[in-house]
Amino acid sequence: MLRLPWFDYRAPRTVAEAAKILAGEGPAAMLVAGGTDLLPNMKRRHQAPQVLVSLRSIPELRAFANGAGAAYGAALTLKQVVENPKSPTALRQAAAQVATPQIRNMGTLGGNLCLDTRCTYYNQTYEWRKAIDFCLKKDGKTCWVATASKRCVAVSSTDTAPALIALNAAARLVSSAGERTVNLEDLYKNDGINYLSRRPDEILTEVRVPGGWKSTYWKLRRRGSFDFPVLGVAVAVQMAGDVVAEARVALGAVASRPFLVERAGEFLKGKPLSDEVIEQAAALVANRAKPMDNTDMDLYWRKEVADEFARYALRELRGDDMRETRLRIARQSV
Amino acid sequence: MKKGRFDVVGKARRRVDGRAKVTGHLRFADDLAMPRMVHAKLLRSPHPHAVIEHIGVEKAKRYPGVHLVLTGQDFPVPFGIMPVSVDEYPLARERVRYVGDPVAAVIAKDEQTASEALGLIEVTYRVLRPICDAVDGLANPEPRIHDYGEQGNIHRNQSYEFGDVDEALKRADLVFDDVFFYEGNTHLPMEQQASLAFIDGEGKLQISSSTQNPHYLHRQLARVLQMPEAKIRVVATPNGGGFGGKCDPGGHEFVVCKAALVLGRPVKIGLSREEVFYVHRGRHPVLMRMRTGVTKDGKLTGMHLQTLLDGGGYGSHGPASTFYTGVLTPVTYQYPRFKFEACRVFTNKPACGPKRGHGTPQPRFGQEVQLDKIAEKLAMDPAELRLRNLVKANSLTASWLRVGSTGLEECIRKVVELSGWKDKHRKLPRGRGVGLACSTYMCGAGVAIYWNKMPHSGVQILLDRSGAVIVYCGATEIGQGSDDVLAALVAEALGVDTSVVRCVTGDTGITPVDLGSYSSRVTIMMGNAALQAAERLRASIAAVVSETLGTIPDRVVFSQGRVFAADTPGPGMTFVEAVQAAEAHLGTLSAVGSYAPPKPPGKYKGAGVGPSPAYSFTACVVETEVDERTGWVHVPKIWIAHDIGRALNPVLARGQVIGGVYMGLGEALMEAQAFRRLPEKLSGALVHRSPSMLDYKSLTSLDMPEVEVALIEDPDPNCPYGAKEVGQGPLLPVMPAVANAVFDAVGVRIDEVPITPDKVLQALHLQKEGKLARVGPESFPAVPYPEPTFVLPPWENGDGKETKRDAAAAVV
Amino acid sequence: MQPSLRMRLDVNGEAHETLFAPYKTLLEVLREDLGLTGTKHGCELGECGACTVLLDGEPVLSCLVLARECEGRAVQTIEGLARGPELHPLQAAFADCGGSQCGYCTPGVIMAAKALLEKNPSPTRDEIRAATSGNLCRCTGYHQIVEAIEDAAGRMREEVQ
Repeated sequence: MLRLPWFDYRAPRTVAEAAKILAGEGPAAMLVAGGTDLLPNMKRRHQAPQVLVSLRSIPELRAFANGAGAAYGAALTLKQVVENPKSPTALRQAAAQVATPQIRNMGTLGGNLCLDTRCTYYNQTYEWRKAIDFCLKKDGKTCWVATASKRCVAVSSTDTAPALIALNAAARLVSSAGERTVNLEDLYKNDGINYLSRRPDEILTEVRVPGGWKSTYWKLRRRGSFDFPVLGVAVAVQMAGDVVAEARVALGAVASRPFLVERAGEFLKGKPLSDEVIEQAAALVANRAKPMDNTDMDLYWRKEVADEFARYALRELRGDDMRETRLRIARQSV
Repeated sequence: MKKGRFDVVGKARRRVDGRAKVTGHLRFADDLAMPRMVHAKLLRSPHPHAVIEHIGVEKAKRYPGVHLVLTGQDFPVPFGIMPVSVDEYPLARERVRYVGDPVAAVIAKDEQTASEALGLIEVTYRVLRPICDAVDGLANPEPRIHDYGEQGNIHRNQSYEFGDVDEALKRADLVFDDVFFYEGNTHLPMEQQASLAFIDGEGKLQISSSTQNPHYLHRQLARVLQMPEAKIRVVATPNGGGFGGKCDPGGHEFVVCKAALVLGRPVKIGLSREEVFYVHRGRHPVLMRMRTGVTKDGKLTGMHLQTLLDGGGYGSHGPASTFYTGVLTPVTYQYPRFKFEACRVFTNKPACGPKRGHGTPQPRFGQEVQLDKIAEKLAMDPAELRLRNLVKANSLTASWLRVGSTGLEECIRKVVELSGWKDKHRKLPRGRGVGLACSTYMCGAGVAIYWNKMPHSGVQILLDRSGAVIVYCGATEIGQGSDDVLAALVAEALGVDTSVVRCVTGDTGITPVDLGSYSSRVTIMMGNAALQAAERLRASIAAVVSETLGTIPDRVVFSQGRVFAADTPGPGMTFVEAVQAAEAHLGTLSAVGSYAPPKPPGKYKGAGVGPSPAYSFTACVVETEVDERTGWVHVPKIWIAHDIGRALNPVLARGQVIGGVYMGLGEALMEAQAFRRLPEKLSGALVHRSPSMLDYKSLTSLDMPEVEVALIEDPDPNCPYGAKEVGQGPLLPVMPAVANAVFDAVGVRIDEVPITPDKVLQALHLQKEGKLARVGPESFPAVPYPEPTFVLPPWENGDGKETKRDAAAAVV
Repeated sequence: MQPSLRMRLDVNGEAHETLFAPYKTLLEVLREDLGLTGTKHGCELGECGACTVLLDGEPVLSCLVLARECEGRAVQTIEGLARGPELHPLQAAFADCGGSQCGYCTPGVIMAAKALLEKNPSPTRDEIRAATSGNLCRCTGYHQIVEAIEDAAGRMREEVQ
């Protein structure tokens, strides 16, 4: 049986207390909420924190507030996000397609947003990684995906982040020194190792999602459950009649960070969602998809179908009945 | 044998081990624990191919909590499931042959301590160039992975020709020449292998282990540990899925036994999921070439089949697997002449072996896809083409296999009817299609893995005055329902309910030998042995009670817990009373039964692989929806008809069929035991791409299509109450049916498995460009096959023996 | 090395005084320290669902739950399902309908199904498939699992009436 390494364990009752522990322990401490990302990684010795700081016992992280927009406590489970009738469509669809029902019962919104980047050369046991003399992301010197690369290209595999970026969400980060709020896309850096702008002493406490967007999320993966995305397309629009007033398009699982495709959003503004407009917007989206050979499925194929997934999303927002397509791709209604 | 109305057989019934499975009471190997038990972990090679120069174990030995460290030096005797390839040591001695090859073991107070101590073992390796696949192994005879085999890195190389095939192809109107590739894949049983070994109260060694074949493990333990078999007891715990993956003895099983002998205390091991991928013994990757002749009216004239198997680092069942990539090919359709050449190459990857369908899904895929191409070319309905060429019941194949009953024709007609084939094939709108394929499988291999003249299965039944029926057999319950088959057959024969039957199985210490749960042999071999034992008991009891019942023994009926005269069912006695009368008269009641399959008709060397007392047959139609922009393949529904002879328990039989479809669809669409060779200039690594449950893709509940099952019941006289196998056959037609359905949907050929959307999209691009819309291997390499063993088919005055080719010329 | 943890765990409605190594997950404590081996494991990484138990009524993966975080929470395992000698309707249906072949994934699937039926007594087949989509099975092809859960739902509705 794979087992966890030894660790010390702390269970603070408040965010302030947790922040104080982080400040005191430094990088040797790691936060754990649902545990569905960190614990498997610890079992495979990707991370071996000396101290685990559990966020389970902090009630304020499980709060939900609904006003001008919505404010999600970072420790709300993905299931709670899915079942919350106030959740915008893209967020609900993204959260509903994370892994499995069990993992959605355990895993949290904050955990999914801070998900460690993934790579087929990295998400392996210590023994396997030893057989390739390790890799740039952990314990090694070479990135086996792109051997000339100085940068780790591990892929961002969060479903909820592209959805929330499209929805123009913001994240609240709290440390013992204070707090700050960042646009969600700014939480991420295109670096497989340092993929978050969150400092080690900061706690992601809350996600704020403004209202007023019509949105959708399309996920590509091999199976109907379990699998991480190998492509995620999220689109949010505000319509003025038949014309797009505002549009935000975000991509996931094609780089070390989820990101906003500004040009596609700009392009859509002021246009109707006609077939030609959708075609051109889809091309702009696909142009930004630069998958690497570090996830499931053929990378050229993943690149090639990105425009089709953008089309699915835009057509759905136009009002096309995409249920059958959704059923074939997602293998369930989401 | 009892005929006509059945009390137990054919009735939907809760399986005898059902309750234990749903309550958590069933004890799998890893659920066992004993006082003073210690735990073993294995250190495995990080190199695909290397010489072990030194192993330093001192630091590990001194680590607190460590009891013992073992290395290859503790195991001087090799093992191997087949006598012709005994090439493996429990812990590698001088050479490691794949990433994951075990080199040392730590036994410690708990798993955590054992794992920590593994990190203190220092191994010095001299790295050798890895052989990455079969083509690489053919091209590079050096470095040689083993110092035995045919030549270089060729492990097995063989050739058989039944009648002059080149001549048959020349006579054909059309010759189809196709190359196919079938990627390797693995069993992925939910249960990771585990074993617990200890010295029992009498000083004998006992191991409880998740093995499909306790008998073969027993023999290999005696060999490796150099102990008399009588002092070793192997208990096969219920397997949490086998599918062939627990047929070979595993290094870990020898390690815990050795450690238990050295330490004198119980030693347990549980493999991690990654280790299960390294134990493997699964589907061989096979490259194949098929040349098939056909007349204009769709009659097959002959086939020349060539296969090239990527065997991995050890022999395993490889010699048999090599045969199986050829021998069952002519069992579904009549090939007047047949030639097959097969070559297995050692490579530096986990050893391949038997997985559900053992060696046959690969050529079946090629054969059934090629038939679809033939039907297309001849503008013939693919179902009709198959019906025109069916092997007849009670006939011989060109290769001298005796086919008894066959329900293939009915299977084809059934799936054609159920699926609405005639309204769909070539008639659905573009993007939707249906594909048909057929298959066959053995009901048990006609020859044991090691040469002997003893029975393949033995059953002992004990009756006593309580009315309880205790049945002993070495067969192993791996989830397929073998205990239920055993209980049902005995209950039927003795006219009792299965609830009074207790099965004691898979224990070499107390049960008669059964060769194991492989080759779909259990229902027929164990079943026939059980019926023989039960009928002997019934005859004994009938002889005693017939007078009381006022009839002759032959007219005594055993049914529903009662024993009575056929002509006067009213009076009579209970089964318990009958047993008591017999026990009073005859003394303690017991009977044994045994079974050995009939001798095969072929007399040439190699004729022992392929014969079976009976063959099951299957036909399948798959419907697909193919998205032209993405190549995404959606399978909404599968229809399958399986010639089962008789369904002993229809619930279980249907479950086996759907389970086979599930595994076949997984192989068709996504499952792959694939490897990564890192850039040669920078690294020598050759690693498994996806040794985890997440990355090795197996279908989830959301990925399964609707499946409609038809069981075709035409009882086979060689089988117990006519029941044939159902565990392996229904997997086999699924993969080619998917490929054929993709073609029907969008007109592209994917000549390799798995059929992934990127390949479909690539083929669609070729189609748009006006090129050959096909993705698959481009060519078949020059393999130095030997001169064939030449045997004349039965209809060319053959006698089943090897002959000179000139004799053929004289006849034709 | 740290000292073992002493903790009271509520498993199947009974309080258990336990003593376990602090790195252990709920899976390890159930199987190794409480002898409740009905809960299985197939990967220990959250990739198969075999170790599913109910924690405060919700299906979770016991391989990814720290045992030390279970104090004061209700753990339900397959061993607690039967009503005395009588099988729970889900158990009976799995045994009767072919929902269990090798039986290794069975405890986890049954626990996931129990959580479903408690919230939704009349689920559709699609809802059953979705609720069990976190439990891999290599034997059945899922059909008879879905049928067993449907059958159990029927039996449970009858009980309520």
